Amino acid sequence: MRHLRGWALVPWVSIAVLALPVLAGLAGVVAPAFGYMPALGGHAVTLDAWRATLGWPGLPAAMRLSVVTGVSATALSLALTLLIVAAWQGTRSFVWVTRALAPLLALPHAAAAFGLAFLIAPSGWVARAISPAITGWDRPPDLLIVNDPWGLALVAGLVVKEVPFLLLMTLAALGQSDSLRSQLVARALGYGRVTGWLKTVLPRVYPQIRLPVYAVLAYSMSVVDVALILGPTRPPTLAVQILEWMTRPDLALRFQAAAGAVVQLGLVLGVLALWRLAEHMVARWGRRWVADGARGVRADRSLRPLAAMGALLIGGAVALGLAGLVVWSFASMWRFPDLLPQSWGVRNWTSQMGSLGPITRDTALIAFGATAMAMALSVLVLEAEARGHKTPVIALIYLPLIAPQIAFLPGLASFALVLGLDGSRVAVMALHLVFVLPYVYLALADPWRAWDARAGLSAQALGAGRWRVLWAVRLPMLTRPLLIAFAVGFATSVAQYLPTLLIGAGRVTTVTTEAIALASSGNRRLIGVWAVVQMALPMLVFALALVLPALLFRHRQGMRIT
Amino acid sequence: MNPLILATLVTCGSILHSPAAAQDIDPKDWEGVLQQASGQTVYWHAWGGDARINAFIASVGDDLQARYGISLEHVRLADTADAVTRVIAERSAGRDDGGAVDVIWINGANFASMKDQGLLFGPFAQDLPNWGVVDTDANPSILVDFTLPVEGFGSPWAMFQMVFEYDSATLPEPPRSLDDLRAWIADNPGRFTYPQPPDFLGTSFLKQALYGVLDDPAVLLAPADDVDYDAATAPLWAFLDDITPNLWRQGRTYPANEPALGQLLADGEIDIAFAFNPGRASAAIADGELQDSVRTYVFDEGTLANSSYLSIPYNAANKAGALVLANLILDPEIQARAQDPDVLGFQTVLGLHLLDPQDRARFDALELGIATLAPDQMGAGLLEPHPTWMTRIADDWAARYGAGQ
Repeated sequence: MRHLRGWALVPWVSIAVLALPVLAGLAGVVAPAFGYMPALGGHAVTLDAWRATLGWPGLPAAMRLSVVTGVSATALSLALTLLIVAAWQGTRSFVWVTRALAPLLALPHAAAAFGLAFLIAPSGWVARAISPAITGWDRPPDLLIVNDPWGLALVAGLVVKEVPFLLLMTLAALGQSDSLRSQLVARALGYGRVTGWLKTVLPRVYPQIRLPVYAVLAYSMSVVDVALILGPTRPPTLAVQILEWMTRPDLALRFQAAAGAVVQLGLVLGVLALWRLAEHMVARWGRRWVADGARGVRADRSLRPLAAMGALLIGGAVALGLAGLVVWSFASMWRFPDLLPQSWGVRNWTSQMGSLGPITRDTALIAFGATAMAMALSVLVLEAEARGHKTPVIALIYLPLIAPQIAFLPGLASFALVLGLDGSRVAVMALHLVFVLPYVYLALADPWRAWDARAGLSAQALGAGRWRVLWAVRLPMLTRPLLIAFAVGFATSVAQYLPTLLIGAGRVTTVTTEAIALASSGNRRLIGVWAVVQMALPMLVFALALVLPALLFRHRQGMRIT
Repeated sequence: MNPLILATLVTCGSILHSPAAAQDIDPKDWEGVLQQASGQTVYWHAWGGDARINAFIASVGDDLQARYGISLEHVRLADTADAVTRVIAERSAGRDDGGAVDVIWINGANFASMKDQGLLFGPFAQDLPNWGVVDTDANPSILVDFTLPVEGFGSPWAMFQMVFEYDSATLPEPPRSLDDLRAWIADNPGRFTYPQPPDFLGTSFLKQALYGVLDDPAVLLAPADDVDYDAATAPLWAFLDDITPNLWRQGRTYPANEPALGQLLADGEIDIAFAFNPGRASAAIADGELQDSVRTYVFDEGTLANSSYLSIPYNAANKAGALVLANLILDPEIQARAQDPDVLGFQTVLGLHLLDPQDRARFDALELGIATLAPDQMGAGLLEPHPTWMTRIADDWAARYGAGQ
């Protein structure tokens, strides 16, 4: 019985790992927002911080920016994802598109943002390609493209990363919604591809991707690194301004930052509620639309190419952007409007050699540690579930993905400072676990549950105990998804900016904090170097995750991908 | 929380909290300092936005290790204020020793704020063995930082004066005063900008402009609150209102800092940039990052001059190592390296007449650099205004041209 109780505890322990830091961080933000933070000299409950925050002249614009860019990025990403799936699911192109977009998941947001910035800036590749032949520009045009006050560049930067994420989440959901047969029936009844999919499959798929969509919405509204690179500056988005207050020498501004974080949290919760409301309205309208019987055959003619174009545009922009990063990292003199540098060299790399080594090592170490812990916890939770200890609270796994980082990390950072826990690799690793665990769990859950339990039964019939079944049968058979989950976790850890910055206290640096510290310098050669490392590290682990099983199982017919 | 994680967290916390070695440091007992410093790791918090400076700091770290067995970690700051925040937060949290910051590269408002609040260790500068070769007479900014006496709480290690940079290939005759610049901007819309305050260089440009628009700039040496601030700054805002529509991107966005401004010049997006390091342009040309037709000049009315200091927080964990670093960076070999136009092009704080012939030869061997002005071409160095001016005009700028628009 004792043994059983142990298993029942496993999901709760995992949830505690996730939820406690988030809740502690939120508490650490709400109290100072009302002036109470004895460690920072705030002993009385006051509204000063609120007065200062609400009195900041940029607040309305910053809030509006956060909402508009966040909602636009989410709506665009969702629409494009659904369109791609609806228009192309079941075709060979679809397989090709999903294979092409999947690696983008491993790409850190910051690297993608840098690549995009290099591409679309007035001195970027797009402008160079059409200058001076078409435009007549012999120097970069005085156009405000990156950091535009409407946040269009920021929205674009978010969309190119969120579409691959939502696409993979939708793919996972499709497996459980009998989509291909529904699609077949709809087509047999004369429905167009897109219309048929939207009418028969979407109502079943959306509830399953609802939480990922919420995560995208909350993330887009409160993102810091992408906004620092592509977002507006006068004022910036609210999240960036909170970080700015956090890092100013005047401690009074910490209270203001806390109040700002509460505003940010309220904003995200409010928009999430409105989104939920909008879901209801769309569903109500959708029910009538489904019933009206319109086949929408002609819509396919424009929507299918549109979806293909969207996917191509995203893949192309990211690929070109990343190529741009590589070229800049090896560029010496490169004047506008030359398409390629006049001279090349490795000086940009050699000048960074001293710090590249140790920082890359630290990044990998932290990512490895956090991911290993996340893997162990995820396997335990899933094994507990397999042994009949399912708990509904596991939905809380999304908490760290939905609670905006900028809303609870400042509070957590204050606690860490008071306790003297900040500035160590172990602390950064522990905090990364909070964000890595959900992704690892989500990546592992479906293949884990889809495993054919009869293999385990056979093993038990041959006398193996449950642990032995786990070690000798289930885990080896699941090598491939385990490695993929590891790669996802690794990539998540490498990409973390705010947790590393605030808990690392400047002493722990990763390739991501290093690359973003250079963002403001405009030094594209060095940004190129660090962004290339930042994207190469997770990509390498992904490649290993794909290659290793092929090597391990080269003599095992049954473990090949069919 | 997972017990294992909790345990590791607590362990690493207690390591951090374990009291550092005895804190009774006497800079006058240099042998004792060296003894204590050996084996320490010094965390130098310095702005990390410039690749050349980062490489220089790394090279100083190599010397520190080779000569004294001390490791140097460069904590790369986006803004020096981050380090000040950290020390203030540590004091508020009661961490009066074993602090994370050992040395800060500092001056201006950050130095004033730390010195006022008693957050600095010292006085120590005059006790450094290499202090004897520092030329304290040549430049007033060695002993007085932004009108505040340094009093040994910071050790000067480089001098700076604002210079303007332009591409002589496209702009043969640059505007040589603030009035000329104003007219030039009107004639050449979109070809000039400055870093967005509160960035240090951007706010410094505003102060340079204040010198240009004020009839009696002497008010700038008093705290901004003691004089008629509104009257003094009114012509500055008029000047900015005048030029803003004709700035790069119509003033709808600004570059973030000095490297970003320099990049705009390199990309040909603007025609005139400026920097506090008179050797920056030469060093960038040497690295192939700037066209070799770029030259520098100063305004006829003079340009702002200041010094950079190393200061040690009162709660630094490795004060002995920090003192050795502050001394090492005044070593003639290191100072000559910093002044080398291919490395940094910083102006040395040492008096060449105080050096022995062998060390003087290091400086004599240095070329000036293709774009660097000779000392007699640098014109008058203007005194930095009281630090309160920097803070107030940065705040007002934000309200007028930044977020408040």
